Amino acid sequence: MRNALLLASCLLAAAACRREQREIVHSPAASHASGGIVRLSELQPGQPTPEVEVRNASEEKAYDINEGKRLFAAYNCSGCHSHGGGGIGPALMDNYWVYGSHPENIHDTIVEGRPNGMPSFGGKIPDYQIWEIVAYVRSLSGLVNPTVAPSRDDHMQVKVAEQSKKEESTEEKKKP
Amino acid sequence: MRLLFATFQSPLHPAGPYARAIERLWWVFFAITAVIYVLMLIGFALAVRKGARRKQADLSDEATRSGARFITIALSATTVILIGLLFTSIATGRDISPVDDKVTREIKITGHQWWWEVQYAEARPDMIVETANELHLPVGERVKLILDSDDVIHSLWIPNLHGKRDLIPGYDGVLTLTADKTGTYRAQCAEFCGLQHAKMAFLVIVEPKADFERWLTAQRLPAPFPKTADQQHGQQVFLTSTCVMCHAIKGTSAGARTGPDLTHLASRRTLGAGILPNTLGNLHGWIANAQTIKPGVLMPPNPLEPNDLHALVAYLETLQ
Ligand code: HEC
Ligand code: HEC
Ligand SMILES: [Cu+2]
Repeated sequence: MRNALLLASCLLAAAACRREQREIVHSPAASHASGGIVRLSELQPGQPTPEVEVRNASEEKAYDINEGKRLFAAYNCSGCHSHGGGGIGPALMDNYWVYGSHPENIHDTIVEGRPNGMPSFGGKIPDYQIWEIVAYVRSLSGLVNPTVAPSRDDHMQVKVAEQSKKEESTEEKKKP
Repeated sequence: MRLLFATFQSPLHPAGPYARAIERLWWVFFAITAVIYVLMLIGFALAVRKGARRKQADLSDEATRSGARFITIALSATTVILIGLLFTSIATGRDISPVDDKVTREIKITGHQWWWEVQYAEARPDMIVETANELHLPVGERVKLILDSDDVIHSLWIPNLHGKRDLIPGYDGVLTLTADKTGTYRAQCAEFCGLQHAKMAFLVIVEPKADFERWLTAQRLPAPFPKTADQQHGQQVFLTSTCVMCHAIKGTSAGARTGPDLTHLASRRTLGAGILPNTLGNLHGWIANAQTIKPGVLMPPNPLEPNDLHALVAYLETLQ
């Protein structure tokens, strides 16, 4: 019995480790830029091919979601979506989705663009990074496991962070 | 081993007044501690010999008193020497902190994981020079480096010119320095900042004023339009692929600032933050898969068709 418990807890611990998995060096294959995934029409010749369910592996890894967060700012998604709060583009931290909230929907929003002003990033962002961004976008509205999601962005805090207030430059000191 | 005796990255080969003050302090500390070390070893050897000869410990009042006197003298000497060193250190600290801020030029250096952004400040925005991983300085001029970081804390260390100064996100650090000897020196990040911290270096090129001005003027120009069909194809590859998400080439539609500015890439001596000579072969390898050269680098692999890659490199080679 003791042994069985021990074994079970070891297995559970091993399963939980995905959170800390980091794929730091990505293969060239994962860096290809792919096209859309979601079928835009129900009509198909012959018998409909079954839709495959998409699982975003990045959604289980804290490191990947954090990379998504970094890229969201680096690729200037923030310029239009303001760190998730919305601006030119809609807010991404609410539970209202025009084009769907599933990973494959958000993937396609990014890759194909959307007609009312969302640019198409197809061919401009490697695929593994798109999946990281998808995971981060979903984390904004609590759609990923809270144990892997990052905390709310600094830019969306009510108060300014203490350490970003001071300036050391000599010009500052000269002012009365 | 070659690096151990290298003069291009060494505080013992100063190329400026501040580094010279630091070097002087280094030698003072080294001389005093070396003498003390030798004296200690001699004393230790004498004590061992004396102890080995004696059968029994000498516990007479006379011996205890002379021992206590010796310890008092040694302790006072230690205190005096330490306080003396403290004052030399404070004096050096004053020597290397400028009392006024009369400088000829301000240069902003921003640390990124794991490369350096360099910007020569100028009143007119179109005169600002933007480059990366290479700092050019005119010899004899007092310049002010303004240090900032885009992500985590880095630290700038140009051993031949000055001590270390941290680059802290959202906080402008200042390092004022003068280089009075022309030459090429190597700088290194001196604060652990992640996976590729060790491969975050850059070259500092101290040159005569005329050469410096010529360099600065050339850096202000936008990239020329490519001439041959191959180079033009390469430009198309650059502008239509992932590169534009991270890099800027002035004079084209690429304007992203996530990675180093490539407008004058071919004029730089190194690639990947001072780790590779800027050669054709290295450039091919870096673009195809920088991860094999600098694992974890924030530039993804680029699975391009061979002829696209060749054209792209041919285009980048025109960015003088
Ligand atoms: C030029 C401004 C702009 C940029 C840059 C931009 N977006 Fe958008 N985004 C929009 C607009 C406008 C919409 C609404 C489109 C519509 O309704 O057709 C949108 C829609 C979206 C949606 C769909 C929201 C929903 O309710 O279904 C997602 C997800 C999204 N953007 C993510 C991103 C990500 C990720 C990036 C960065 C890679 C990005 N956006 C960059 C403007 C932008
Ligand atoms: C996700 C952002 C990103 C993309 C996409 C990207 N790069 Fe980079 N690139 C970087 C970063 C970051 C560095 C600095 C890496 C370092 O030294 O740590 C870099 C460095 C370089 C350098 C070396 C510059 C120097 O001065 O050392 C070259 C050349 C370069 N990239 C070319 C390209 C080309 C060509 C492409 C497109 C095929 C490309 N990059 C795509 C982010 C990117
Ligand atoms: Cu570092």
